[in-house]
Amino acid sequence: MSPDSPLGTGPALGKVVSLSAKPLVQDVPAPDAGDAVLRDVLAGAPFDAGGTGFVLSCLPDSAAPVLWVSDRMSRRENGRLYGPAVRQFGFKGHVLQVEVSHPRDVLWAMEEGAACGGLSAVVGEIHGAPEVLSFTATKRLALRSEQAGVPVWLIRSGDHGALSAARERWRVSSLPSDVHPWNAAAPGAPVWEAELFRARGRAPGTWEARHEPATAGGKDHLRLLSRSGDGPLAQDHGAAAHFAGR
Amino acid sequence: MDRWRRITAQQRTLPDDEVPVVLAREGSHGPVVHAMNAEAAQRDVLVGARVVDVQAIHPDLHVEQADTAGDTALLDRLALWARRWCPWTVRDGLDGIALDVSGAAHLFGGEAQMLRDIGTRFKMQGLSTRLAIAPTRGAAQMLARFGGGGVICEAEDVEVALAPLPVAALRIEEDTVRLLQRLGLKTVGRLMEVPRVALMRRFDRLAAEVNPLVLLDRALGRAGDPLNAPEDAQRWMARVRLAEPVIDPVPHLEGLAADLCRQMAKAELGARRLRLTIYRVDGEWRSRDVALASASRDVAHLVRLMGGKLEGIDPGFGFDLLTLEALRVEPLALHQDPLDGRRDAGRDVAALLDRLTAKLGPEKVTWSAWVQSHKPERMEQRVPALVADGQDAPVLLRERPLRLLEPPEEIAVLYAVPEGPPARFRWRRVSYLTTRHEGPERIAPEWWRDRPGTRLRDYYKVEVRDGRRFWLFRQGILGDGRGGDPGWFVQGVFA
Repeated sequence: MSPDSPLGTGPALGKVVSLSAKPLVQDVPAPDAGDAVLRDVLAGAPFDAGGTGFVLSCLPDSAAPVLWVSDRMSRRENGRLYGPAVRQFGFKGHVLQVEVSHPRDVLWAMEEGAACGGLSAVVGEIHGAPEVLSFTATKRLALRSEQAGVPVWLIRSGDHGALSAARERWRVSSLPSDVHPWNAAAPGAPVWEAELFRARGRAPGTWEARHEPATAGGKDHLRLLSRSGDGPLAQDHGAAAHFAGR
Repeated sequence: MDRWRRITAQQRTLPDDEVPVVLAREGSHGPVVHAMNAEAAQRDVLVGARVVDVQAIHPDLHVEQADTAGDTALLDRLALWARRWCPWTVRDGLDGIALDVSGAAHLFGGEAQMLRDIGTRFKMQGLSTRLAIAPTRGAAQMLARFGGGGVICEAEDVEVALAPLPVAALRIEEDTVRLLQRLGLKTVGRLMEVPRVALMRRFDRLAAEVNPLVLLDRALGRAGDPLNAPEDAQRWMARVRLAEPVIDPVPHLEGLAADLCRQMAKAELGARRLRLTIYRVDGEWRSRDVALASASRDVAHLVRLMGGKLEGIDPGFGFDLLTLEALRVEPLALHQDPLDGRRDAGRDVAALLDRLTAKLGPEKVTWSAWVQSHKPERMEQRVPALVADGQDAPVLLRERPLRLLEPPEEIAVLYAVPEGPPARFRWRRVSYLTTRHEGPERIAPEWWRDRPGTRLRDYYKVEVRDGRRFWLFRQGILGDGRGGDPGWFVQGVFA
């Protein structure tokens, strides 16, 4: 996205951020793009493309292609990935799309891709909780990914958190967007609620996530802000702890 | 012309024989006649005449586009096919094949018998021929094109046979023909009579290929005119003959692939298409094809690709001969892996493409290709990954949704407002309350592609109460004369 487009402005426009001597609002490190593990992204609401945007923002900054595998049901339910819009989330490489009908083939293609070191990432989309997407299948994916060093993302729509061996499990849903810089009646830059409800090696939590386009000399990156804005994140205990903050 | 008839007859009904048909190619002043059928030839249509002129004279003329590149390719293939008669064959100009039959005619029972055989075999393919045998290549082509059909000319009467032909038969340029005619030299015989010195002085500037004297010398055998035949295409094939018929081809795959790769490694080639054929004991054969994204002669990779394809192959009562053939090869130099232990990323991806395509099919594994279009669904097209490379996405001026629904889905408007998108709508049995919107962005139908009567679309980006953002459009406007009330559709979802 070009910096002068309406969405290219800062994320905190129109938001009240209280600043004291010690900043209360802290940046949480976004998922490390180079870290080759399997991650799940669940949709918070049906037809929500927030998870797709979140994954795209997290993809490593590399010119290598991304393998994008989807099954027929997720294409019918959520629509297919629209290539021209992919750039808006800072991804510059090419997307190799594999469109199959059955989740079994999605898992097979993802495993093949996860073993291929020439890809920058593998993204798979599976709708619902089909039987083939078992704990064993996700475990195989996770092991493949860690072996070959390719990050693997699994977008699971219409699934309420079945068992999975993913190293990080996120649930992403859209929040009302930022204020548009020029038009108060229009939706602005997208904001998502990203809930890390299961993770290995880091504390779970809930954050407000935004994709921040590259400013001069910088890179595109994903910014996670504490949802409540009132405390260190180490003591964050997931969605349940933030009821008051919402 | 014959090729056009053969291809067209597969697709639609040919015009009657009484209708004059011409094939047109682009000339410097509009299309000109390239070839014609018998009826048009009878009506004195000339090759090279402008199509509009011919149409004015013969209003019932049927004009088709000529495919000269296809004709040349066919002739090249036919030239190789013609090696059934003799080993030296080459395409001659744009409409002929030259065969060097010296020492080969007796195999077919003499020259006359051979000419008859050639004529029949071409006729079986639906192609008409004009044949001639002469001691030199130049004389043969002149007699075939301008003499009667089926001429056999012996060495002693070349001069007599060529004498009545027009000078244009020498295949010289138009200007030279006109000049010779102005000099009164209308036939080859007259040209032979004129003292050489006078003509030499006039034509010494012309290159050898268009110089009438040089060409005449070649036709009469006074100058050499060797035939430079292209080499036979080599077939890259490995085979295994078995003493006893077996059912399972898998154990032999590795040996076959290793043999084929050894052959290709000698020539520094890699395979792009492979075919495995089994020859069954009952005389039937079955084959499986595999395509590769980039040239490869990696035994393990080829075995893995082929192995996945063998599930459905029917061995019947067993087979006793297996062949593995590389149908398409490309140069592939020896390759050294980097010494730091990293692998070549491009080759990894190409191998992945091979495996995905071999299992899922070529149209399932695709890159994006971009089309200049305003319609969002038309802008991105999918091309098979084996055929083309990925292209960079165009830079968009307007925001576009991350996911696109194909086709767009109609929504029910529950509460409409006069301007802007519906304040409340129902989609997939859930009702949504619009909080913010942006738009409209009008995308008019593309009259050069769309059917007449297609309605314009006004796009709105709409945010509903819980934060999801949809891309809605209204198809048409009231009173545009293209149908009733405009409908509302959702076409995409923003991130």
